[in-house]
Amino acid sequence: MKAAQGHLNDVIRFSAVDGPGNRFVVFLQGCNYNCVACHNPYTINECDSCGKCVEPCPEMALFYDGHNQVAVDDDLCTDCDICIQVCPSDSTPLSKMVRLESLVRQIDEVSPFISGITVSGGEPTLQADFVASLFSSIKCSEKLSRLTTLVDSNGSASRAVWDRLLPVMDGAMIDLKALDPDTHIAMTGADNGPVLDTIRYLAEWQRLYEVRLLMVPGRNDSPDTVERTARWLYDIDPSMRIKLIGFRQHGVRPQFADIPEADPQHLEKLSGIIRGVGIEELVLV
Amino acid sequence: MNMEEFRSRARDIVNDATLTFHQRRHYLAWLAENALEYPELSKEAAEALNKQIICDLFEGSAPYRGRYILPDYGRALRNGSEHLELEPPQDLDEALNFLLIMYTQVPSITGYPVYLGDFDKILEPYVDDVDDEALYKKLKLFWIALDRILPDAFVHTNLGPRDSRISRTIFRIEREALQVVPNISLKVDPDLTPDDLILDAVQTVFATGKPHFVNHPLMVRDLGEDYAAVSCYNSLKIGGGSHTLNRLNLKEVALLHQGDIDSFIHDTLPHYVELNAELIEARIRYLVEEAKFFEHDFLAVEGLIRLDRFSAMYGIYGMAEAVDLLLEAAGKPGRYGHDDAANELSYQITKKIADLVAARPMPYCDGNNGRAFLHSQSGIDSDLEVTAGTRIPIGDEPEMFDHIKAVAPHHDLFQAGVSDIFHVEDTVRRNPSAMVDIIRGAFREGMRDFTFNLATNGFIRITGYLVRKCDVDQFDEMGARHGSTTFAAGSVKNSHVTERNVKRVLSRESSPRAPQ
Ligand code: SF4
Ligand code: SF4
Repeated sequence: MKAAQGHLNDVIRFSAVDGPGNRFVVFLQGCNYNCVACHNPYTINECDSCGKCVEPCPEMALFYDGHNQVAVDDDLCTDCDICIQVCPSDSTPLSKMVRLESLVRQIDEVSPFISGITVSGGEPTLQADFVASLFSSIKCSEKLSRLTTLVDSNGSASRAVWDRLLPVMDGAMIDLKALDPDTHIAMTGADNGPVLDTIRYLAEWQRLYEVRLLMVPGRNDSPDTVERTARWLYDIDPSMRIKLIGFRQHGVRPQFADIPEADPQHLEKLSGIIRGVGIEELVLV
Repeated sequence: MNMEEFRSRARDIVNDATLTFHQRRHYLAWLAENALEYPELSKEAAEALNKQIICDLFEGSAPYRGRYILPDYGRALRNGSEHLELEPPQDLDEALNFLLIMYTQVPSITGYPVYLGDFDKILEPYVDDVDDEALYKKLKLFWIALDRILPDAFVHTNLGPRDSRISRTIFRIEREALQVVPNISLKVDPDLTPDDLILDAVQTVFATGKPHFVNHPLMVRDLGEDYAAVSCYNSLKIGGGSHTLNRLNLKEVALLHQGDIDSFIHDTLPHYVELNAELIEARIRYLVEEAKFFEHDFLAVEGLIRLDRFSAMYGIYGMAEAVDLLLEAAGKPGRYGHDDAANELSYQITKKIADLVAARPMPYCDGNNGRAFLHSQSGIDSDLEVTAGTRIPIGDEPEMFDHIKAVAPHHDLFQAGVSDIFHVEDTVRRNPSAMVDIIRGAFREGMRDFTFNLATNGFIRITGYLVRKCDVDQFDEMGARHGSTTFAAGSVKNSHVTERNVKRVLSRESSPRAPQ
């Protein structure tokens, strides 16, 4: 099914941290998880136009449009982010419905400078039709087809969803918050069955670019847990690329302010454990 | 300058505790040169020079050597040199020894050679039977000698566009030695330069802020195969060079202008473009006809430089301010680097100047069909509240993509070089191939020169050359071993390149005056 427009939070034209090479990154709005460690919680929910951000906006850039929806006047907005801070619903009044052609035009303009595009979020597979349409526009364009197409996902999508993306997607980066189901529920609010299945399925199709393990102190970073996780991944594919990420407070919601940041020394130790299992492609950030 | 003043300024130099012996001697020579009459100029040109609307970069009032000289080192190595009493080298040791000797005899505006040769090419005949470790050892000693013997960051070498064992070894040494000298440009060709070599270079930038990257096909189009980038962002012909570099201050021209934008482009600008051309012509004639540099210098006598490969450099600067002033006076919105209308106006100005310079015959400039080369001049330490070349003011640069888009259209017309510096976030260290993409993209987009730097290595890039941060910090108390550190101390202060405040302002290349 072709989707003519997507719900975008934002785009970044040059990113060095979202896959190989320089990449154009599309952030989609909306996520089905509610992770304690979310660095951009304002991408989680759709705006319900409650209006609580309208008054606090110092530029008076926010208003109710004709359909009783909160809207923004781009000419007035200074990107001060106050609306995002006051929003009680982990949303933003600044996200937009963007037409496919307009997004492709932006990518076209940047294309001489990039290796590819990454669709992130939010959770991009919630708008799988749009992502598939975007990727196929790129793969069908003579000029753009050299660009690689990656998805940065929480892994919750079903095989049916991945089947729609696989023909036009070069790879996916999947977050594995926890191998243990209970820990996973505690950290994300969701069961990890689908995530584990996604990792197996994409590995089988050789479209698993990397698995990301976010280490949140005291939650999922015991040596024992990490070793079991690494072994599980190794058994699926010994050449698996793993990115080990230490939790940082940046952007995290106030109610999680008491979670400590990851200790670099501990991360080094965990890297050793992962390598000990036989994983060679390990990146530590 | 009367005799009394002359003596007092000479005395100040001689007694200046922050200058090395060589630096004092250099300034004394400059002082002596400037006691002579300036080459004859029309009243208008002399006045414009006096007011610094046109500027000779303090080259001195009686030019007796070309500003930038690019000896054909390959030829010297093949033929040997009678003047230096050196036979053609037979192996790598002899070649490196030959070059070190020759460098001490190459003139330039700074007194140090601004070009050392394309090492991957000129040393190539001598490395076949040298294994990797021996090559590393020999080049490393050579590298240390260069930095200690030629302590000036305008000393420059080129590598590429093809991959070579020599370039790889040099990058390895660079990452270890962390020296200011020599500065390096890597020639990049979309077909000839492998990603892996650019990647190696990018990783070297992470450590040392070097090399710069140049768009090889574009350079070849304008200068032919035998070109090099020298000093900083000055692209010229090997076996040739530039007699002089004089620059037009577009900000000053815009301030003097009365009337609309159209009359700026069609009346005021051409008037001042011609005054700067007159200055260039007068300086060339003195160098060639009075000082007769090309008749006696051994480089010319032995065919290592040829007058017919020389030209002069026509520089401009202050584009950013000029555009903003013109728009403001016309009551139009827009800011250079940020708005399409402002950028369009800047391209129009560059194009107009390029047309005028291309139509202005210049003596002894056969290296460019009897015309000067256009150059976007990257600034000197005494520049205050005026932005280098066609750059966007420091601190006002838009995000990288918009930055490239804004400045790239200028690059096509500046055959003799243009400098835009990009500051890149440290996260790129973990993904250097992102920089390879950006460099390739910048050249696809038509950029000629590309320089980037990270905030976190131990170097500060000033106008295209580097100084070590620790050298600038210590300058006040200790003086500097590198001439260009003195220069940088001024630049850092005047253009807020860092927050550091260095009190004493001196400049080796461009303001060689006694501290007052
Ligand atoms: S962004 Fe948040 S606060 Fe603003 S209207 Fe939407 S839901 Fe309400
Ligand atoms: S970011 Fe939000 S609060 Fe700030 S100016 Fe824009 S709309 Fe207003």
